[in-house]
Amino acid sequence: MLTVQGLDVAYGRAQVLFGVDLVAPGGSLVCVMGRNGVGKTTLLKAIMGVLPVRAGRVSFAGEDITGLKTHERVRRGLGYVPPGHETFPQLTVAENLQVAAEAAGQVSQGAVDEALDLFPALPALLKRRAGFLSGGQQQQLAIARALVSRPKMLLLDEPTEGIQPSIILEIEEAVQRLHSELGLAILLVEQYLDLALRLADRFVILDAGEVVRAGDRSDLRDPSVHSLLSV
Amino acid sequence: MATLNQLVIGASIGAVLLLIALGLTFTFGQMGVINMAHGEFIMAGAYTAYLLQPLVGTQSVLVALPVAFAVAGVLGLILERLAIRHFYGRPLDTLLLTWGISLILQQVARDIFGAPNVQVRAPGWLTGGLDLGGVRLPYNRVFIMVLAVGCVVAIWLYLTRMRHGRRMRAVMQNRQLAAVSGVATERVDQLTFFIGSGLAGVAGVALTLIGPVGPTLGTNYIVDAFLVVVAGGLGQLRGAVIAAFALGILNSFVEFWVDNGASFAKVVVFAVIIAFLQLRPQGMFVVRTRALS
Ligand SMILES: Nc1ncnc2c1ncn2[C@@H]1O[C@H](COP(=O)(O)OP(=O)(O)OP(=O)(O)O)[C@@H](O)[C@H]1O
Ligand SMILES: [Mg+2]
Repeated sequence: MLTVQGLDVAYGRAQVLFGVDLVAPGGSLVCVMGRNGVGKTTLLKAIMGVLPVRAGRVSFAGEDITGLKTHERVRRGLGYVPPGHETFPQLTVAENLQVAAEAAGQVSQGAVDEALDLFPALPALLKRRAGFLSGGQQQQLAIARALVSRPKMLLLDEPTEGIQPSIILEIEEAVQRLHSELGLAILLVEQYLDLALRLADRFVILDAGEVVRAGDRSDLRDPSVHSLLSV
Repeated sequence: MATLNQLVIGASIGAVLLLIALGLTFTFGQMGVINMAHGEFIMAGAYTAYLLQPLVGTQSVLVALPVAFAVAGVLGLILERLAIRHFYGRPLDTLLLTWGISLILQQVARDIFGAPNVQVRAPGWLTGGLDLGGVRLPYNRVFIMVLAVGCVVAIWLYLTRMRHGRRMRAVMQNRQLAAVSGVATERVDQLTFFIGSGLAGVAGVALTLIGPVGPTLGTNYIVDAFLVVVAGGLGQLRGAVIAAFALGILNSFVEFWVDNGASFAKVVVFAVIIAFLQLRPQGMFVVRTRALS
């Protein structure tokens, strides 16, 4: 469903990704792993068109989307949750969801209700400003926001990073449910091996901007994987 | 009584400042663009009223308001498309660029309309005034205040109740998140510029009711309007309203109390604002979130 080929990405003169290849078939959950600063966030941003690519191509659902603007990629069915539980802080929770639903042309309440279904804590907070929610609540909102456009594939960047433990579990369950019950394809950036072992069908490991390992879940148990992830 | 009369005059100047600052809250306060040519959109609005006068007749003000909004709005849109968008995130370059454009636009106006001021005649129902026990309420100034309040309410409704306004707020608060939520941010920028510049055009029409129109009409107000936006708190509607009226009234009182006080008034106003910003560098109102507090 998503194919990345030979992706080079740079911030100004500093190149960060070197020829990254990645395949995420429809319905799969692929984990992007690697230590801090190896380029995981950069990769997701490049897939979303937030960062320009220097070389390589990104195709989605059989279409080359390398030249498309970010919002056009969302229209094609990519949903993205950036790292750090981002929201529109001055908008209410309801407005946060509304903006995304309207932008996707998905004005029906149905998509919003489905997204809220996943996070039972959110309906009670609809009138609150997003900036006043806890980090965990903001992250749940961020995921719900990405879902109201009814994406075919969801890109999640460390959704449990810096979130209070009680909510980490809820988020993990939500991701699990989206994947196994609803069959949504997911590209998940995750640093923790045990979580990846629970969720992932496939994985890629980045190191210094290059793919150093890729395989399916069983390969994750290989001892060499451990050394690629530990600091 | 003289004091109260001065209050009315000050409030009406405050209303004009508010109209100008409203536009700036959009482009400067929210998009971070310092558009020095904003003043020339005021001038464009005023000349629009002047040009419409022979065509429409005495009621031209009412026609001029929407037309000037559109004319100034389109000018703003063109400026954004052709120039400003290439300089996003570079405030100093934007400032110099738009300052140059502002001078060019003034010269264009001089070439078309001549250097001397021209006059727009107000319709009959805007001349004269109401006497309230010695306090005089000139109809033209009351009209300007009503106009400004009407615009504030309209903008507020637009931002909070309408789809496009909501989208606009989303882009202002987190541009990248808006983009990955599917919002076409460039389109929103264009609309923001259109509305912000259009409001300057409306302010220009308002100014024709209280004075002559000339190529430098906008320069007289632009600095004060920027001060209003800064003092009010960037991007804050509430703050802009209070700061605009405070500035207009302060200005008119100093001018009134001090002989030959126009430039002295400027000095006082600047001093007050500098003192105020020392106390509250973030302006009257700030955006507060859990993350910041
Ligand atoms: N805006 C930027 N400008 C310049 N360099 C950047 C920028 N953002 C990231 N980098 C650099 O690019 C490299 C990859 O960063 P990236 O955020 O993609 O890593 P990451 O794998 O997501 O790390 P983490 O696990 O800490 O989130 C790092 O060396 C970082 O310093
Ligand atoms: Mg990261």
